[in-house]
Amino acid sequence: MQAAPATAPPALQMTGMTKVFPGVRALSNVDLTCHAGEVHVLAGENGAGKSTLIKILSGVYRPDAGKIVVNGQEAVFRHPLEALRAGISVIYQEFSLLPDRTVAQNIFLGREIHRRGRLDHAAMNASARQTLETLGVHGQIAPEALVSDLDVASQQMVEIAKALSLDPQVLVMDEPTAALNPTECAVLFEAVDRLRARGCAIIYITHRMHEVQRLADRVSVLKDGELSAHFDSLPEPSAIVRAMVGRDIDTFFAPRATSDQIGDVLLEVRDGGNARLDAINFTLRRGEVLGFAGIQGAGRAALGMALFGDTPLERGQVILRGQPVRITSTRDAIAAGIGLLPGDRKAEALALEQSVLDNGMLSARALARLLGSHRSNGFTNTGRMSGLLDKMEVRAPDYEVAIGSLSGGNQQKAIVARWLALAPEVLIFIEPTRGIDVNAKAGIYQLMRDLAIGGAGIILISSDLPEVLGCSDRIVVMRDGTVAGEFGPSPSETEVMELATSARHAAA
Amino acid sequence: MSLAPASEKPGRSRWAQINPVYFVLLALLVLIVLQNPRFAEPTGYMNFLKRAAPLAILAAGQLYVIVSGGFDLSAGSLITLVVVGSSMLTNNDPNATAWVIAVMYAIGVVVGCVNGLVVTVLRVPSLIATLGMMISLGGLSMMWSGGSPRGYLPDTFRFFGRALIRDVPVIGLLPIAVIVMVVSGLLLWLLMSRTNLGRMIHALGDNPRAAQLAGVPVLPVRLSAFVVSSLSAVTAGILLGGFAGVSTDVGTGYELQAITAAVLGGAQLLGGRGSVPAAIAGALTLQAIFTLLNFMGFPQPLRQVVQGLILIAAVGLAAYRKKQGAG
Repeated sequence: MQAAPATAPPALQMTGMTKVFPGVRALSNVDLTCHAGEVHVLAGENGAGKSTLIKILSGVYRPDAGKIVVNGQEAVFRHPLEALRAGISVIYQEFSLLPDRTVAQNIFLGREIHRRGRLDHAAMNASARQTLETLGVHGQIAPEALVSDLDVASQQMVEIAKALSLDPQVLVMDEPTAALNPTECAVLFEAVDRLRARGCAIIYITHRMHEVQRLADRVSVLKDGELSAHFDSLPEPSAIVRAMVGRDIDTFFAPRATSDQIGDVLLEVRDGGNARLDAINFTLRRGEVLGFAGIQGAGRAALGMALFGDTPLERGQVILRGQPVRITSTRDAIAAGIGLLPGDRKAEALALEQSVLDNGMLSARALARLLGSHRSNGFTNTGRMSGLLDKMEVRAPDYEVAIGSLSGGNQQKAIVARWLALAPEVLIFIEPTRGIDVNAKAGIYQLMRDLAIGGAGIILISSDLPEVLGCSDRIVVMRDGTVAGEFGPSPSETEVMELATSARHAAA
Repeated sequence: MSLAPASEKPGRSRWAQINPVYFVLLALLVLIVLQNPRFAEPTGYMNFLKRAAPLAILAAGQLYVIVSGGFDLSAGSLITLVVVGSSMLTNNDPNATAWVIAVMYAIGVVVGCVNGLVVTVLRVPSLIATLGMMISLGGLSMMWSGGSPRGYLPDTFRFFGRALIRDVPVIGLLPIAVIVMVVSGLLLWLLMSRTNLGRMIHALGDNPRAAQLAGVPVLPVRLSAFVVSSLSAVTAGILLGGFAGVSTDVGTGYELQAITAAVLGGAQLLGGRGSVPAAIAGALTLQAIFTLLNFMGFPQPLRQVVQGLILIAAVGLAAYRKKQGAG
């Protein structure tokens, strides 16, 4: 029923795209064609050249060679605005919304509708409502709502609506589900379906296989700046993975703990609560990866931050190694042997302009006096941190470069090294693989397992449900700020989602 | 609205890694010598260094607050308070100098702590917090001196700003102020680049949230940045008292000169990056520009015009280079 007639020119045709940065051939001779009414998935690991290609398409970079043809017309973009005018809209991973303005104001930002010299809010709201209807989310999102009052998924929808209101020929979506839970993803996929049906040409960037399965009409895979595979119909996932990483990944998740690897109880929370959380009960054993599942807003991240003393528990008891402890600050938590990898790496973990070494050593230095380990962990011992960074296989020209210049996966490894320097016994990972590539993911999974085998207790908090299911020895499901239930290893995705989304009264 | 063609990410040669402020300073010094060859003699350049010493020390201290992500506008009026207060307290008694200086450093600690606490605990932006402190300290100087400060400091006090060691081999003569500058500069440089505290100040200015989640004790670290700045202002005040005389506007404008100097040295406003030696070089650069304008016979008010333009240009250039580098 699809297959545009051969006579119609493709909505977008990029041929021979090449971009060279000093020392790096970021793209070489890449072709990409996208037809109206089709979703073309662009897959590839971080650093494969996806963003470079998109930045060329959106006019941020100029290609060193190659041709862009939009609707049969050759186009040269010297500026992002020129790409926009040619009908190419890009939705980046980072949101560009102004939180204190309404949905409609954000959608019309910079091109507000005027009437007799004044803003015509009524017209903008009406038009915004129409766009939201196109996406099928007009029920959940009102044009008059403040963006800061919306959850992440709705903000993502507003971001799409903003791009859509420009009536683009080609819509580029850069990993749009990176911050969404499965339910929200489903809504997004439906919106993508609607856009496809309307005749939009969509370039969809992802490295999640189930999204490829769900959405793709065609698939192109980039690897090391080259087109490593192209499929005009939906291929087997293994074929895509092979094209992305150049080999099969048979053991993606690390093996689970054997019964003799699981030790005594390391951490126990009894009736814990604060403003966001209530009646939190769970135990964490040595040698165990304890997964926390739940929908967005269920309080998983809030629990991680509470255990870590950032927004401390105000009620209940925390028992660590059999001793009751009171944790009221992050320093308390670190001194007690708890570490945390925040979910938003850029905002919460990295000092972007400082060197890899300085970022790695930050916690050791900050706690040097408290832990009395000035000489072994502190400033004087950069060699030990270099060793840890080597062990984590952080890829960097050297450890003196700013950490902001590394890829997401390498940044994450450096932050893990930051904690390893303190050898914490409880390590909380929040969204540890968000925005990092397949190989690096497998590395993080293996690392969590290795730490557990070494006697630590790992708490894994992630909105990537397959990840929680694949890594955890036990799974705690949260809902409405409390613990809804617990599963042993490998429950089904459906079981977990049912418990995570069942109505509030069913809890008790 | 030029769009950077985003290609030039230079392969960073050895030369490109050197902070440009050192080249600018060198060029200015050459210009000065061309204008006035006597500058190349010890009396010439040592006098220059002596004059620049208070600003250099102040800039190095200000740098701590800038790198931590703030501003300290109270430094100039703290200088005034030190000069005025010292003249009141010493009351022409040469033996009072030691304890008066101790009192001044204590005042510096208090001022720095108050600045730091207002910023961390009350969460007042440092620009406003230290602006308030600047106004209050200015008023305090007025009140203390009754508006007409006594024009004397004992020679024992003025020793630091004024005295020279003569007949030093090779360089001829050496002002005490220059020794104070070198020693403070070294101390502040070591503290910033060779201690845990210095690295934590950097991380805090770069990303306060990340620093806090990594366990950085935010309050003490921020507090120490403000205290260092205040202590450097006290030191600068003691030197200025030695050669500038006592008045209620002796420190006026110094805080902005210090910020300009730090920025000239490549410090990043809003925090995360900066170097003590480069800030000192920035101060010397600023002083060299003033000297040059003086030689060329430009009127005094032009200094301010130039200083303002330099501040804007330096920040603008830094922003531009960052944009290029980000491409």
